[in-house]
Amino acid sequence: MSFLHAIVEPGFFSSSVIATALVIGCLTAVVSAVVGTFTVLRSQSFMGHALSDIGTTGGAAAYLAGVPTLYGFILINLATSGFLEALGIKSKKERDVATGVILGGALGLASLFLYLDTTNTSTSGDTMNLLFGSILTIQSSIEPLFIALAALALMFIVATYRQLLLASLDPDLLRVKNRSPQLAGIAFLVALSLAVAMSAIAIGTILSTALLIGPAAAAVRLGKNMRSVFVYSSTIGVLSIFFGVLLSYDSYNWPPFHHGWPVSFFVVSIIFITYLVTLFIKPRSKSYSPAHLDTPRSTDV
Amino acid sequence: MFEPFMINAWITASIVAVISGLVGFFIALRGQAFIAHALPNGAFAGAAAAGLININPLFGLGFFSLLGAGTIGLLERKSKRDVATALGFVLLLGMGALFLSLSTEYSQQIFSLLFGEILGVSPSQILPTAALAVITLGILILSYRRLLYTSVLGEELSQKALFRNQNLIFLLMVALVTTMAIPVVGTLLLFTLLVSPAATARLITKTPKTAIAASVILALLMVYSSIAFSYVSNWPVGFFIGMMGVASYTVGQLWRKLFA
Repeated sequence: MSFLHAIVEPGFFSSSVIATALVIGCLTAVVSAVVGTFTVLRSQSFMGHALSDIGTTGGAAAYLAGVPTLYGFILINLATSGFLEALGIKSKKERDVATGVILGGALGLASLFLYLDTTNTSTSGDTMNLLFGSILTIQSSIEPLFIALAALALMFIVATYRQLLLASLDPDLLRVKNRSPQLAGIAFLVALSLAVAMSAIAIGTILSTALLIGPAAAAVRLGKNMRSVFVYSSTIGVLSIFFGVLLSYDSYNWPPFHHGWPVSFFVVSIIFITYLVTLFIKPRSKSYSPAHLDTPRSTDV
Repeated sequence: MFEPFMINAWITASIVAVISGLVGFFIALRGQAFIAHALPNGAFAGAAAAGLININPLFGLGFFSLLGAGTIGLLERKSKRDVATALGFVLLLGMGALFLSLSTEYSQQIFSLLFGEILGVSPSQILPTAALAVITLGILILSYRRLLYTSVLGEELSQKALFRNQNLIFLLMVALVTTMAIPVVGTLLLFTLLVSPAATARLITKTPKTAIAASVILALLMVYSSIAFSYVSNWPVGFFIGMMGVASYTVGQLWRKLFA
């Protein structure tokens, strides 16, 4: 029993805070794994991260207006995706830059909202919470809403699965079949907007990006077909959340005592190490190489 | 607006804007706005670590932005660029979260690093900023031509051994700019200055040299007018510069659609 206590501090499985954190964390990990796989295949990691930051701006606006922050997150993410689509940029490099410009604008807006907010009510604790979030402060009452959002995000992926996969791996092949890869791209952005809004508000922007990209990037290296890629990425995501929360719980007795180390630090470390290991297990298979997905265009010059 | 205490702000803003406009050109050309976001925000961990062991935040920022640049540069050799950037970035952020939670410093101090306090720059901060600017400028001039070639080439070519060093030099430059600019203008201002002026400049010019010139001029115009607006309205500088970035880029896109 003492050996078990060395690994799992007493009370881990009986705490309701931990139970909520694990349920929401694992749910987010699975959705992020599926959406993240396409994010990695489409080289849209920056968009995935940018949406979590941009969502914060919507959250801050909603907070000022007195409506639930989640609606602010979702609305601004969908608006951003729509604006980027409306610009109609085809080149991957230009898309990245446009994302950056919009992110700069959104963060600027956030700084204004936070300024207005702190001058009105002077609560910088709220500010930091909005920015960094915490998996250990989730209220269990929001669980149904998150499950609904997760289901909606997955629905967009499932409904367009074949087209999306083709559009992500070989857009030219889709064009040959007289179908535009843009439609699948839009469905994907909606799924990404929802998934990132859900994860950013539940577990913070750090973990949101880490769970979206890390497990999927590792799984793309390990998996032989799409099904095994999804299984690998979900498993890696869920395990890193579980052990991250566990280690954070244990760290209450590490120096400095009775303080506890943040969950995000442990989860990110586990994901990063897992990815490093996959780099050495197996060389990248040819079909996912950037040479295939990042054909330089003349318009980039 | 031109009182003695504001002079420091104008000088520092000029230095940061010129260097950001120059380095930003390569960021836009390479399509690596993610790096411009990842290193300044990630290097934040360095400021938190410096606070923890009570040293000058400049050393912490320098160490962690170089660490981030190195990590991303090495990962890039075996991974897609955006994945490498994302993973290096979250690793830095995770460490930042740890250092922040261990330190007992008041969060307001961290908050000011995020959004910057250009209006509160002290004269003693100008010298290190200028020195780092000169070093960055030197690297840029020495490797200008090679950087230009490798930036124009696709990602798969730049993974070849011959070009790897150019990737690292590019990352090193962004790390230096990060160390230079964060203590004086904050991550948000730096990020916008690195991306928006250069992105707009590329849309309205045809050659690299005119693009660089336009990028520097736009960066200076944006930062000057933002500080002026902020001084008058008391709203944060970051808000004005962010909005101007989006506005100028949108105008640039329309310009290109109409005239190119």
